[in-house]
Amino acid sequence: MSAAPASQTLHRTPLHALHLARGGKMVPFAGYEMPVQYATGVLKEHLHTRAAAGLFDVSHMGQIALRPKSGKVEDAALALERLAPQDILAVPPGRQRYAQFTNAQGGILDDLMVANFGDRLFLVVNAACKADDEALLRAELADSCAIEPLADRALLALQGPKAAGVLAKLGADVAAMRFMDAGPRPVAGLSCFVSRSGYTGEDGFEISVPAADAATLAEALLADPDVAPIGLGARDSLRLEAGLCLYGHDIDTGTTPVEADLTWSIQKSRRSGGARAGGFPGAKAILPQFETGPARKRVGLKPEGRAPVREGAPLYASAEAHEAIGRVTSGGFGPSLNGPIAMGYVPTPLAAPGTRVFAEVRGQRLPLDVVPLPFVPHSYQR
Amino acid sequence: MTTLYTADHEWLRIDGDVATVGITDYAQSQLGDVVFVELPKLGRQLKKAEAAAVVESVKAASDVYAPITGEVIEVNDAVTGDPTLINSDAADKAWLFKLRIADKGELDGLMDADAYEKHTA
Repeated sequence: MSAAPASQTLHRTPLHALHLARGGKMVPFAGYEMPVQYATGVLKEHLHTRAAAGLFDVSHMGQIALRPKSGKVEDAALALERLAPQDILAVPPGRQRYAQFTNAQGGILDDLMVANFGDRLFLVVNAACKADDEALLRAELADSCAIEPLADRALLALQGPKAAGVLAKLGADVAAMRFMDAGPRPVAGLSCFVSRSGYTGEDGFEISVPAADAATLAEALLADPDVAPIGLGARDSLRLEAGLCLYGHDIDTGTTPVEADLTWSIQKSRRSGGARAGGFPGAKAILPQFETGPARKRVGLKPEGRAPVREGAPLYASAEAHEAIGRVTSGGFGPSLNGPIAMGYVPTPLAAPGTRVFAEVRGQRLPLDVVPLPFVPHSYQR
Repeated sequence: MTTLYTADHEWLRIDGDVATVGITDYAQSQLGDVVFVELPKLGRQLKKAEAAAVVESVKAASDVYAPITGEVIEVNDAVTGDPTLINSDAADKAWLFKLRIADKGELDGLMDADAYEKHTA
């Protein structure tokens, strides 16, 4: 067992004391001290989220408001389209959309959520990327937008089939919200931003709350017997079963959104022939991949045996082949499937479901089948 | 019978020239829910400190090292069939494999229960 790095170098979220009080096992993650699990353990936390409701502290993620200097939110949307291949202009007030920041080579700098709050855009970005994202926004959009990192807000996620009922009991008006609705909305009398979205494949909500009120809100949610605190371990197994990408693992500066099988997130208006085609970094690399198909693709992988196949395992076309054809980018055990699952990149000719490939694990070649994603069907309330 | 411990959180129960090897309760509590176990092949000649078995939790894979040199004479199929046995009974029913001890002198470097308790304190 290796010693944990000195904790004083790590940031803490406003829920740090709550995590410790509830038996959270704290680990360093993206510069923060975060709970990887609580006393009940990853397996039970995972299954509880799918059966009832799980509360996640995701306050390490970056929250940024983009305020248009013109006062018109359309100007902030058009400005953001210079950095992302999504149709941001088409996101109406009260809705949000999944997006990526791309680089000149078509690689992914970060993936994020963009919500239209009517007078401004509200962005949620990855913890490990937030400093770079802020710098990018300041460098590219400062002429038209005020960029406001909301460091004084915490972010909670309440995920699972009981999540909506739990919030309704706290007086939150969420029943009429659909998947990807987002906006300012009081919860338990606190001034929150609520979106009906998440990172588990379940119905659920992400709730931005003033840091000073975060513990009050978390305790109010945890007072409901349907709600259990969930750590980063189960967050990872839940998102893997849901087939969702983890930045820095399944997607990074070396993968394009098309290779990552995220073409659904790039609307027709930004593709070749669209009303605002191109005009984002790496368009010259990304747009032709819609016509020709990418050379490789992210796929779901189901190991045939019981052995988990982890991130980094090289993939081969046969049990004997010498040349690796790709590698696993996320892999582990899916508690809801009671078996190993993985995602990785393979050449497009080998990306069809049913194709057999082999991963090398501890010197052995283990068979895996390419399978459609997600592993566990999404339960979004559309 | 004597039970000895390694700094890598394995226990050995010594019975004549046979050592039964498992991981400690402390080790299982650190690993969390165990979902997969791979044991060495019968007859394999293990050298001290060589990777002998693998115990995987939801999050990660951990090697179990041979605490001493010896031949694998028995493995616990109950654990490969039900890896959660390690979480419920690491110190007894969830033993992993038995070794025929090659050199009893290697046992001198191992800890007794008191020393191991101090090691994990």
